[in-house]
Amino acid sequence: MSPQAVLEPVSTTRMRGGAFGRLHLWGKLLWPALALAILLAVDGICIRGFFSVSIVQGRLTGTLVDIFRYGAPAMVLSVGMTFVLATGGVDLSVGAIMALAGAIAAKAAMPVSLNGMGMSPGAGIAIALLVSVLAGMWNGMSVAWLGMQPIVATLVLMVAGRGIARLCIGAANVPLSGVIWTALHNPHLTLPTAPVIVLVVAIVAGLLTRATSIGLFIEALGGNPVASRYAGVRVGLITFMVYVFCGLCAGIAGMISSADVMIANASSTGMYMELDAILAVVIGGTALTGGRFSLVGSLIGALLIQTLQTTLIYKVPIQQTLVIKAIVVLAVCLLQSAEFRRKSIAVCARIGLSRTRKAAAQVAS
Amino acid sequence: MGASCRIALDLPNPLPSPPPAYHRREEKSFCPMADTPLLQLQKVRKVFPGVLALDDVDFSARRAEIHAIMGENGAGKSTLIKVLTGAYPRDGGRMLLDGAEISPRSPQEAQRLGISTVYQEVNLIPSLSVAENIFLGRQPTRWGRIDWRQIRRRAQAAIERLDLSVDVGRQLSSYSIAIQQMVAIARAIDISARLLILDEPTSSLDANEVQRLFAVMRKLRDEGMAIIFVSHFLDQIYAVTDRITVLRNGRLIGEYPTAQLSRQDLIARMMGRELADLDVQLQQEKTGGEASRGRPLIPSPGTPGEGQGGGRAPGLSVTQSLLRARGLGRSGSIQPFDLEIDAGEIIGLAGLLGSGRSEMARLLFGIDVADSGEMEIGEKKLVFRHPRQAIALGLAFCPEDRKTSGIIPELSIRENIVLALQARGGLFKSLSRPRQDEIATGYIKALGIVTPSAEQSIANLSGGNQQKAILARWLAADPRLLILDEPTRGIDVGAKAEIQKLVLSLCRQGTAIIFISSELEEVVRVSDRVLVLRDRALVGQLRGSAISEQTIMKTIAQDRPAEVAQ
Repeated sequence: MSPQAVLEPVSTTRMRGGAFGRLHLWGKLLWPALALAILLAVDGICIRGFFSVSIVQGRLTGTLVDIFRYGAPAMVLSVGMTFVLATGGVDLSVGAIMALAGAIAAKAAMPVSLNGMGMSPGAGIAIALLVSVLAGMWNGMSVAWLGMQPIVATLVLMVAGRGIARLCIGAANVPLSGVIWTALHNPHLTLPTAPVIVLVVAIVAGLLTRATSIGLFIEALGGNPVASRYAGVRVGLITFMVYVFCGLCAGIAGMISSADVMIANASSTGMYMELDAILAVVIGGTALTGGRFSLVGSLIGALLIQTLQTTLIYKVPIQQTLVIKAIVVLAVCLLQSAEFRRKSIAVCARIGLSRTRKAAAQVAS
Repeated sequence: MGASCRIALDLPNPLPSPPPAYHRREEKSFCPMADTPLLQLQKVRKVFPGVLALDDVDFSARRAEIHAIMGENGAGKSTLIKVLTGAYPRDGGRMLLDGAEISPRSPQEAQRLGISTVYQEVNLIPSLSVAENIFLGRQPTRWGRIDWRQIRRRAQAAIERLDLSVDVGRQLSSYSIAIQQMVAIARAIDISARLLILDEPTSSLDANEVQRLFAVMRKLRDEGMAIIFVSHFLDQIYAVTDRITVLRNGRLIGEYPTAQLSRQDLIARMMGRELADLDVQLQQEKTGGEASRGRPLIPSPGTPGEGQGGGRAPGLSVTQSLLRARGLGRSGSIQPFDLEIDAGEIIGLAGLLGSGRSEMARLLFGIDVADSGEMEIGEKKLVFRHPRQAIALGLAFCPEDRKTSGIIPELSIRENIVLALQARGGLFKSLSRPRQDEIATGYIKALGIVTPSAEQSIANLSGGNQQKAILARWLAADPRLLILDEPTRGIDVGAKAEIQKLVLSLCRQGTAIIFISSELEEVVRVSDRVLVLRDRALVGQLRGSAISEQTIMKTIAQDRPAEVAQ
């Protein structure tokens, strides 16, 4: 091939290729964002005052604010889960780590007379986060260096985590108190704390992955672990790191979740949250098989799930909520599937074609 | 049938103006009823974003004929095959099977119609048995249960039809790629195909296996089957095919009886220029840069100071070698070997399939850990535990199987190119986006990677262009020793020559290269020194004018290790 023949297509079609690339990136976020917008629009029509936000006693209140507030644990979890899924793994233990972190924080802050450690609530939270990191390290080590399947490796802590939490506090639940917990729960500020924490976690995660080459390595590892290893990517270390970060996110989510009810509960905190987090990430356009990830997508996914939850509480009898949730999730996932869109367009076209043919036949006769 | 007849009659003059070779052969019979091709494509068109992959291509496959499709990278061969097998829907044109129009929407549907395909990469399930693979998805049942006895018996028969001796009960992955390929062919044949498409079936077969495959192909052809054969090996095309269709840049160049098309003409049509030019260019590359080292393309016995003295230029022999391996080996993989590599040297590894060429490379790059011996690089003495250590010391490795261990399919070309450089920089150092773009577009230009943009997914590139992108990944990291394992496998003549040229120019800049290839001609052409391997052991070294296909083959055939022309 002559040099000209080779170089020509590169220069003439670069613009088109670039535009196509951007469109493609958009396409991944488009469907979850569209689904969220539709859901919000339906809510706005069906639920009176859905969009109204006001300041009551100096605090921002309204349904939208509640969605951000109560969706915060799932959003934080989905940030950590995004990276794990992007490497082609999964972390089932996040819900249990949430409960464990809550229990550790409560235990550390309990007076010594009640078998606690008598620390300040702030120190309790610090220790709880440390324990979550340790839990993440355990998961990471099992997957990255002991060669366990991610599902199996994290299943261990999923089962054991709650048990340890229960052992720690020696009771089903323990009330939390202290300025720091009150601040987490309902601060004397205009803004609720939880969404701010989400924002900080997401920005830190975004910077950690996109401003360094870690994001590229995660995607490379998820896309083709063998080729990544041959290219010199520290496959083991990256795998370890994503589980550690996921553990930390679970700990933070546990703090937010416990502060919501001002109780550390070993059995109900974070129950089934791992599934919501995985779902949020998948809705956000990161494949379970690993590869490309989108943090913004995951956050949109988590918001979508929380909005749905809120809507269902308002409008649907409690017996039907799970079924409706499943239907909406299925619809979003189908929308996202390029295969499904292509097929449905083909079916529509065929129906349209047969109609025009029939019409033509009628006209002819 | 009638339609094709009428078309043939209606044409006032079946040959319009351009040169005669560019036309489909004129049918001899007046009404080509009996000679209607089994499969006909008429003005088939396929468009991808930014690329017209097939531009009104006509093609026909006749019964009892082996038909080659030839073309360079991006000529449209793979696209044409994928349209034929229903993997891609066509965007225009007609496809007739036995005169009836068909539009297969999936390979399964095409298979039901009688079009079976065996792809370049084996598309079977390694963890299942050979028999299960042959009958996967169409297991015969008895009383609603899978009839294992029948599966075994029929699988055995299908395998025996290819004159193979394979235990059909054994797991597929326990056999070599070559055998796996044959199993894939056995499966395709067993699905009572009328049209069998073989897409690069020979790229991982050794000469004996190729002959065996050809025997099977001829037998099937004589039974009346239409066979489409895609291969980059010209010898094989001429050995087995009856007819050749040439594509270039998505357009049909022409269809020719094999016997009437000389190699020179074929290559000229594929590339749009004469091969002679290419050879001259290669020769210039080789001799122009550094007259003192490097053999001329055609070894001339009269040249003084060449070959006899070991082929190394006087100025270079004093310098310390780049890498030295002493007794490096791994049991079950390769027997201990000694190796010394100097800067700017091209070392070819020659040997039959499974002789230990790739194993040697894997050991040198730290993918497999040596259990004996050690390496010496500069002042350091060590054994690599993982590739990262090797990369840190300036080694680079383009693996043999670029699909499973080279490309990262989801990522863009840019990301694939900068990966090794980024990985060497560590976790927290990141190249700025403009710098990444600069590197990527620079290499896309320099290596002639055909793509509309650096942001395209690498999976969209053709095989040769993917290979170039992987090369770019390593060139960006500026290695001291580049190991190329089958860098030209499955890519066309033009890209092959480009990669060979690149190898030569790299070594002029002082990069040492280990060049592994199954094609002896290629090894002879580029290497300063050839290591010959047999049965997972280093059995000989050839230098300078001692390097030729004959001496390599002789060394392989010799009984005991030999040092020729030392």
